[in-house]
Amino acid sequence: MANILSAGTPAPDFSLHVTPDQKLSLSELRGKPVILAFYPADWSPVCGDQMALYNEILPEFQKYGAELVGISVDGVWCHAAFAKDRHLHFPLASDFEPKGEIAKSYGAYRAENGVTERALFVIDRNGVIAWSYCSPIAINPGAEGILEALEALPK
Amino acid sequence: MSKLSIAISAEDHMQGDTAAECSLVEYGDYECPHCGRAYPIVKRLQKYFARRLSFVFRNFPLSQIHPWAEPAAEAAEFAGTHGKFWEMHDMLFENQESLGDTLFWELADRIDLSPLQLKTAVAEKTYSARVRADFAGGARSGVNGTPTFFINGQRHNGSFDYDILRDAIERAMGL
Repeated sequence: MANILSAGTPAPDFSLHVTPDQKLSLSELRGKPVILAFYPADWSPVCGDQMALYNEILPEFQKYGAELVGISVDGVWCHAAFAKDRHLHFPLASDFEPKGEIAKSYGAYRAENGVTERALFVIDRNGVIAWSYCSPIAINPGAEGILEALEALPK
Repeated sequence: MSKLSIAISAEDHMQGDTAAECSLVEYGDYECPHCGRAYPIVKRLQKYFARRLSFVFRNFPLSQIHPWAEPAAEAAEFAGTHGKFWEMHDMLFENQESLGDTLFWELADRIDLSPLQLKTAVAEKTYSARVRADFAGGARSGVNGTPTFFINGQRHNGSFDYDILRDAIERAMGL
């Protein structure tokens, strides 16, 4: 499993497409806790896959004022179709070109498969990683680690 | 390893004995086809282990993808306050193909509950806090999809096929 960036490390900034004509930068979210959820691919064939699950849990994340961003190497049109199908209420960033560059900067890229790891980062209001976790790729990590990390952030 | 963060209590809908050797907790969604498939498997496990296994069902409706999951959960909770949770739970899974208001009212009527009261309870969201509380507790415990099972408080990460669950329960019993 990859060696992902750990707590205490400043989160590498990025600017990625979240829609065909819109980009999102991590630095724009400064001042709020941010949850970065790297996941291997859109369209996993199960109910309540990781992104659908986080979509349901979103109100719990919002209790902490946190912003959630999903990231995979899928292209923007793929993300758009996926988000529409699953009624996702949070942005999906496209780490598409150069492929996986942001995932690599977080240590969360699986070169052998050409996809990102199932890696989670909770970033504090100052842009520093407060918690990170890399799940075995086949196991949806759920959200309890994220919720605990948000709970532990200084208010 | 994810653990059940909300202990089993009198608030839960439980079949079997609190003192049973092993507890099985399911976080489920009445509209989820996988939960529908797990439903007869749980029945089989209950038959096999009989008194040695207790079973608790908690709500985890994926409302964004399953529009009837939340009202179905509320219908079961409504039945629960009249001591008929399991009758409603079973009928919902047995009629999963036709979930909807008409079915909920018909099922209420079938177990001698007032369809009108159910209609009002759903409209007024009387049971939605209870359903949300189950959901939030599940999110805290590492529920990562539906169904998610906990055996003696530990999340079961394998598949929910009968043999796999039976073996996992036997392991938890130290067999």
